[in-house]
Amino acid sequence: MQLDMTEIETITRDLYIRALKLLPEDIKSGFSRLQQGETDRTGRAILDTMVENVVVAERTKNLLCQDTGIPIYNVWIGRDVAFDGVALKEAIRRGCERATREHPLRSSVVHPITRQNEQTSCGAGVPIIHVDFTETPETVEIEMIPKGSGSENGSFLRMLVPADGVAAVKRFVIDRVIEAGGKVCPPTIVGVGIGGTSDLCMHLAKIAATRPLGSVSADPEGAALEAELSAAVNELGIGPQGLGGRSTAFAVHVEIAVTHITMNPVAVNIQCHSARRARAVLTPGGIRFGF
Amino acid sequence: MAHHVLEMPTDEAAVRRLAAGDTVTLERTLYGIRDATLIAMFDRDRRTRFDLTGHAVLHTAPNVRKVPASAGHPAGYAPVCIGTTTSMRMERFTRPLMAREGVRIIIGKGGLGEATLAALRDLGGAYLAVIGGAAALETTWIEAIEDVDLDDLHPESLWRFRIKGFGPLLVGMDSSGNSLYERVGEAVAARRAAVLAKLGASG
Repeated sequence: MQLDMTEIETITRDLYIRALKLLPEDIKSGFSRLQQGETDRTGRAILDTMVENVVVAERTKNLLCQDTGIPIYNVWIGRDVAFDGVALKEAIRRGCERATREHPLRSSVVHPITRQNEQTSCGAGVPIIHVDFTETPETVEIEMIPKGSGSENGSFLRMLVPADGVAAVKRFVIDRVIEAGGKVCPPTIVGVGIGGTSDLCMHLAKIAATRPLGSVSADPEGAALEAELSAAVNELGIGPQGLGGRSTAFAVHVEIAVTHITMNPVAVNIQCHSARRARAVLTPGGIRFGF
Repeated sequence: MAHHVLEMPTDEAAVRRLAAGDTVTLERTLYGIRDATLIAMFDRDRRTRFDLTGHAVLHTAPNVRKVPASAGHPAGYAPVCIGTTTSMRMERFTRPLMAREGVRIIIGKGGLGEATLAALRDLGGAYLAVIGGAAALETTWIEAIEDVDLDDLHPESLWRFRIKGFGPLLVGMDSSGNSLYERVGEAVAARRAAVLAKLGASG
């Protein structure tokens, strides 16, 4: 299987727009679950409006949220796929620029010092592109995540030490969810990274925050923590938009990597209720779009 | 828990009648403003040609399409998707917005803090909560982009929207010192210890 870069450019353009318009099915189901369990009157009304917004976005073919985010493309390349890696990254960047210009979309990225906006959704380091490899033969998967800033500003890292134990990890998560409050657009997915180096820990938290609802940590200790923390954060009473209620988070997701004998790092990265992502799977048989 | 309909611009007396927990629908005119706009206006002393006296400002930067100027699109921009951003980053600008520009209402999401609550009380204003992330719905409340200023900051320009039935919005903070966010924050702080104890993570 040979990757056609013209096709990649079109697909990555379409993925950005699809991600901004269509809420994944697992998040829609997550809303239904929260609606059933919400006892706070304001909380219920807010959840109902959020669900109404999803319907309006579909009907008017509009963006779910005005925040076009920082564009992230995750690519998984299977065996027996021939491609030029540099051309692949260039094609993704062009796709991202074309989505911004052709739809048009708000370019939400600026230089951090000059605050200059190139109006392309691109710049140094952006779009963020991660490439990894899988066993699956003749298959390429591309996931697009427009990561909104309200929730991305709810990112935290703490280099705990072994003597702090797992209790400090749990306390850190609870306290950061409290600190984030309504600013991160709850109900959220709270992504927690545990272990690794500082950068891997933060990356694990992002993977956790953008994983589909219903997916479970591959590590049994991580899975146990997910269940415990998911219940705990919804006892805090922060609620939808931080205005009170049970529905603070759809879930807490945990991703784990081994770490150094002297280290016990924990990171939190939060995904807002507009938990957008889109996926394309390329095989010799054609392209399949989904979430 | 009253519902209010405000034809914008409004005045101090009308805004002081809004109580936390009430709902509000705005009509006619709304301004859009955000980080870069506020930094330019108050840290770099740039002035707008708009008279914001008695008006409401929304924390936003819209998705727009450039079009030829016409009666329907007088500013040469058609709205694509207009929503609301997190307010707290702009906390320190509430008082100058009210004192220098005469703004009466701030609309945003996630709430603002103590400095805003004091400004709303001292100068007569209110903070109205719109539901963040519900931008497709919010866009249906906006009829047109009437005008734009400071557009070199695009998309963080100062936008003037013509609105119809913009709401219902929830009064999150009022001019009597009440904040729904503060109330929820206190309740959350009171629950923290019990939640941590259950996790075996007290401390």
